[in-house]
Amino acid sequence: MDQSALLAVLLTIVTASTPLLLAALGELVTERAGVLNLGVEGMMVMGAVAGFAVALTTGSPYLGILAAAAAGALLSVPFGFLTLNLVANQVATGLALTLLGLGLSGLIGERFVGQPGVRLSKLHIPGLSDIPFVGPLLFGQDILVYLSIVLAVLVSWVVFRTRLGLILRAVGDNHASAHALGYSVVRVRWMAVLFGGALAGLGGGYLSLAYTPQWIENMTAGRGWIALALVVFSSWLPSRLVIGAYLFGAVTILGFFVQGLGVGVPAQLLSSLPYIVTIAALVVISTRRGRARADTPACLGQPFVPDR
Amino acid sequence: MTASGTAAGGAKGEGASAPGFLVEARGVVKRFGAFTANDHVDLAIRPGEIHALLGENGAGKSTLVKMLYGSLQPTAGRIFWKGEPVVVTDPAEARRLGIGMVFQHFSLFEALTVTENIALALSNVSDMNALAARIAAVSKDYGLPLEPRATVADLSVGERQRIEIVRCLLQEPKLLIMDEPTAVLTPQEADQLFLTLERLASEGCAVLYISHRLEEVKRLCHASTILRHGKVVARVDPKQETAASLARLMVGADVHAIRPKHARVAGPTRLYVDQLDLPANGPFAVALDQVSLEVRAGEILAIAGVAGNGQSELFDALSGERHADHPGAVVIDDTPCGHLGVGARRELGAAFVPEERLGHGAVPAFRLSENVVLTRDTIFADAARRLLGFLDFGRADQTAERVSQAYDVRKSRPDPEARSLSGGNLQKFVVGRELDRKPRVLVVNQPTWGVDAGAAALIRQALVDLAADGAGVLVISQDLDEIFEIADRIAVISRGCLSPGYDAHVMTLEKVGLLMGGAHGGSEAIEGALKLREADGRAY
Repeated sequence: MDQSALLAVLLTIVTASTPLLLAALGELVTERAGVLNLGVEGMMVMGAVAGFAVALTTGSPYLGILAAAAAGALLSVPFGFLTLNLVANQVATGLALTLLGLGLSGLIGERFVGQPGVRLSKLHIPGLSDIPFVGPLLFGQDILVYLSIVLAVLVSWVVFRTRLGLILRAVGDNHASAHALGYSVVRVRWMAVLFGGALAGLGGGYLSLAYTPQWIENMTAGRGWIALALVVFSSWLPSRLVIGAYLFGAVTILGFFVQGLGVGVPAQLLSSLPYIVTIAALVVISTRRGRARADTPACLGQPFVPDR
Repeated sequence: MTASGTAAGGAKGEGASAPGFLVEARGVVKRFGAFTANDHVDLAIRPGEIHALLGENGAGKSTLVKMLYGSLQPTAGRIFWKGEPVVVTDPAEARRLGIGMVFQHFSLFEALTVTENIALALSNVSDMNALAARIAAVSKDYGLPLEPRATVADLSVGERQRIEIVRCLLQEPKLLIMDEPTAVLTPQEADQLFLTLERLASEGCAVLYISHRLEEVKRLCHASTILRHGKVVARVDPKQETAASLARLMVGADVHAIRPKHARVAGPTRLYVDQLDLPANGPFAVALDQVSLEVRAGEILAIAGVAGNGQSELFDALSGERHADHPGAVVIDDTPCGHLGVGARRELGAAFVPEERLGHGAVPAFRLSENVVLTRDTIFADAARRLLGFLDFGRADQTAERVSQAYDVRKSRPDPEARSLSGGNLQKFVVGRELDRKPRVLVVNQPTWGVDAGAAALIRQALVDLAADGAGVLVISQDLDEIFEIADRIAVISRGCLSPGYDAHVMTLEKVGLLMGGAHGGSEAIEGALKLREADGRAY
């Protein structure tokens, strides 16, 4: 493999991993607060269509990014209202949210199908970005790639080093105790749900603004579910989430690449490879007893009803 | 009895509080729908006073305390703090006033460290390292040693309670509320707690002390308020009372003492456990290590121990919820059954009452009669019914009713859902349901957990009677008074290891406490005493 081909593969791996990382980071925060939102796929696809539409209409991909995050957060509002205020079942509501997002995005995006989109430009720092090989990889990505890494560091710092993060973890670990201490469980969870929605929307927007700048119905193609699995895979640790997202992205792209080389492996097997790798990684992590399970937010998915 | 006041309480005027009281609740009423949990309750505590709040389950103690701590709002009535009327809007406001509370079911976060847990209760923590140092200093000062960086999940119950107390102490409280603090402690840990509380009181901090253990109330408390059915029935000086007179005030009737069995007949072995090993099934679980025991017909073997030392694992292994590695590890009535499930063991004549009554001992959303079916469908179904898969709900109804009558299960409707019963009532039902089967082997975990004095006496009597009828009874309990009241032999479980079963006559609280702490140095003294008794000729 020559250098330019290798660079192309690495660059594609970065773009394939970024949407997963964004969406999974949001879900990680949501789940740390004890809420299981299975609607990631729906919020992502809404982010994708909203980002595409706004970028196309205004001509600005940056407005598109904002719109994507806003759309994801907006779709998480009914989820938050149903599960936090009305104490509906989180699993059922999350599944319904995915179906709603897929349908609604198809409806909104109908007139955008086939239209050429606005591509989020890659950063160009004179000098740095021109360094051969390393330049484009480290200094020539688009802004969302850097944002996703910064957010991962930020989330890790907030969750483990700040009071806000301490309260977040407390609410996810034992909501009754957090309530008894005078923290508003519902308010903390609302913030976590909205944050999760915004990041899922951002991840979706990345697909329609940077990964493949066009709108195709159901264009998230199951990435929301992968993001959900990655959160478990990372045992709710942002640092491990980065590794997981990039591992998954790499396996996906390498599958395409191997296919492109014409190796005699069935395409179906190759396209299922990332899922197999994820399952294998999950199995390895889950069988290792000890800390991995201790990190699970103990109240994950449990409805909270305060004393009268 | 020297009841100095029997005020059922009518709302007095709303003026300023009488001088000298730190906190005063006046004419406080709390209603939940049609149910009145607190009916015009008056309570007054002076600075430096250890004040006992006594009453049966459901008498309204927790409701009253929650209103003082701001978790609940009174329907009517006022609360005064240092003579000024206050509205305690939420727990943060209570803490700001200087009210700290140690909960019965700890409000701790298992996945977080000691320091993090304490930081959550303080409003102004900027430096976690400084806080950790302060925790270490204060906890050492008050004789409650804590490791600030330890994760709560790895700590014992006694250590967890220390976290709660240190958490309150760091807020320099004027009033410390303690809800059943000694229920989970070893006698030595309880003694240490009393020293801490006495020191706090001498420094001017008031303590509101809720407990079912009347002996310790007599020993520790300066004053007491007694609730019954949500009303104040008496205010007495507990030092002037006897435990029996306090119990009478709480219950409103005499609590009868347990009748001892006439004679103990060492019958055939009912339950035999041979070197049972069971690996831990989770990060916070305990592994059982070479547990051996024997329960003979006609005797009660009690297993003492601090919660979380393998009691629930042992129960699961005995009931068949978890299988042993070889069939001979658990033998019921000469049948090796280590490999059999719960139903098969029941058919051998065994019955099991788990600790957690709602969700484990009974299905919350099922009616009582349906819960009866769950543990004895094999008995209810005749051959034809069993073939067709039909159940005999008529008989289930009768049984549920019979159990409710016999064990005084108070319920609002004829056949309510299990979850609508209060904890104590459901416990009576679950224990009664199993006793009603007249099992030859009974394994019961925490038989009277959260049950009031009257009902506890009823359940204990039933256990004693069952043993007298020739069953083998294994009681796992954290309540040492209960164990000494009913057990023929006592073993102690500590970190998954079970001590030998010692004759109850030669055990003392101190010795049990040492074994509970895992100090097996005490066993030499016990063995010495055992030999002495044997030389004496056995007492039965």
